[in-house]
Amino acid sequence: MEQYLSLLTKAIFVENMALSFFLGMCSFMAVSKKVDTAIGLGVAVTFVLAITTPLNQAIASLLLKEGALAWVHPSFATVDLSFLNFLIFIGTIAAATQIVEMALDRYMPALYNALGVFLPLIAVNCAILGASLFMIERDQTFTESIIFGTGSGIGWGLAIAAMAAIREKMRYSHVPPALRGLGISFYLTGLMAIGFMAFAGIQL
Amino acid sequence: MSAQPGILSKQQREALIDPLVNNNPIALQILGICSALAVTTKMETALVMSLGLTVVTGFSNLAISLIRNYIPASIRIVVQLTVIASLVIVTDQILKAFVFDVSKQLSVFVGLIITNCIVMGRAEAYAMANPPAASFLDGIGNGLGYSLVLISVSFIRELLGSGKLLGVSVLKLTTEGGWYTSNGLMLLAPGAFFLIGSIIWALRTWKPEQVEAE
Repeated sequence: MEQYLSLLTKAIFVENMALSFFLGMCSFMAVSKKVDTAIGLGVAVTFVLAITTPLNQAIASLLLKEGALAWVHPSFATVDLSFLNFLIFIGTIAAATQIVEMALDRYMPALYNALGVFLPLIAVNCAILGASLFMIERDQTFTESIIFGTGSGIGWGLAIAAMAAIREKMRYSHVPPALRGLGISFYLTGLMAIGFMAFAGIQL
Repeated sequence: MSAQPGILSKQQREALIDPLVNNNPIALQILGICSALAVTTKMETALVMSLGLTVVTGFSNLAISLIRNYIPASIRIVVQLTVIASLVIVTDQILKAFVFDVSKQLSVFVGLIITNCIVMGRAEAYAMANPPAASFLDGIGNGLGYSLVLISVSFIRELLGSGKLLGVSVLKLTTEGGWYTSNGLMLLAPGAFFLIGSIIWALRTWKPEQVEAE
């Protein structure tokens, strides 16, 4: 139990997807103008991450890993399909995004309209594919992948919501013209990343 | 085309040159920032990453442009992703075979070329509507624009962060009996954010038409 708690804290704060691995930066910069939309996207990303990371873990360990197909027939024990990882993962993610999109359209139309083009773009949000690839690289078990996926999503959502809140206040400040928009956002994200580095010392 | 000096037509030349400064994918189009920040602590990884991305963008643009008239609009994203993912798998296998050390350091970021918005963005915005040759050059041009930012960022980060360039010691560190105290911030995540912010600032001061409206 303790190890899972530590994994969760690590995924949310210490190894924050956006602030320490720079993943999902495109939508992080583009959708963080209003808090409501940012939180909505954060929830959607968390949801997709929580589904796809364990799903990809299961597919990789049952079908793609070297020797994983031994359960079909003993002669398949030497088959290694792990080079297909990328292709299969992106397929799973695209399908999951489609499901989330349809569910939001049906049950939360306001959020669906607010997210607009960024909803289908979750499929190409690097944070989501990134989590699956980290999961493979770190050789996580199924339970670990559920916690890691959910935690990464929450961490990313937290970062984008905080960022949107700061940017809403930015409207009242005088930013040099050349730094307006994208430039100042990078500085802000940098400062937030320094803030989040303080979590690095936490030991559970 | 014969009226033009050189071998490329005007459209092709624009497709190649424009993304370098005037329409830089990172600084202006806000595409492909993730990897730009993560692989730039060393020049070596940045160079390999730039090369990989440029090749993938060029060839995915070429492939998608060749079949653009046969792709049904409703499933074009899936088709694009499949083309890109296949190219990235090839790149990944080549990197693992020839530069294994660098490939290990790049870890997940080679795979993340698939979701790099530059590749998708250019396929969607340019290759779907333009002939193969110009699309290929547009892909290469955008790859080079990306490389330009990546290499300048990694140059500064490696030089100030560890006093080295491409692994060769340039500024001798105090820990090795030299005079230069390394700037640890440069090697951490925030340093990368500040640097990219500053590059955008400099670029937009130089080219005021890129400034965002309030």
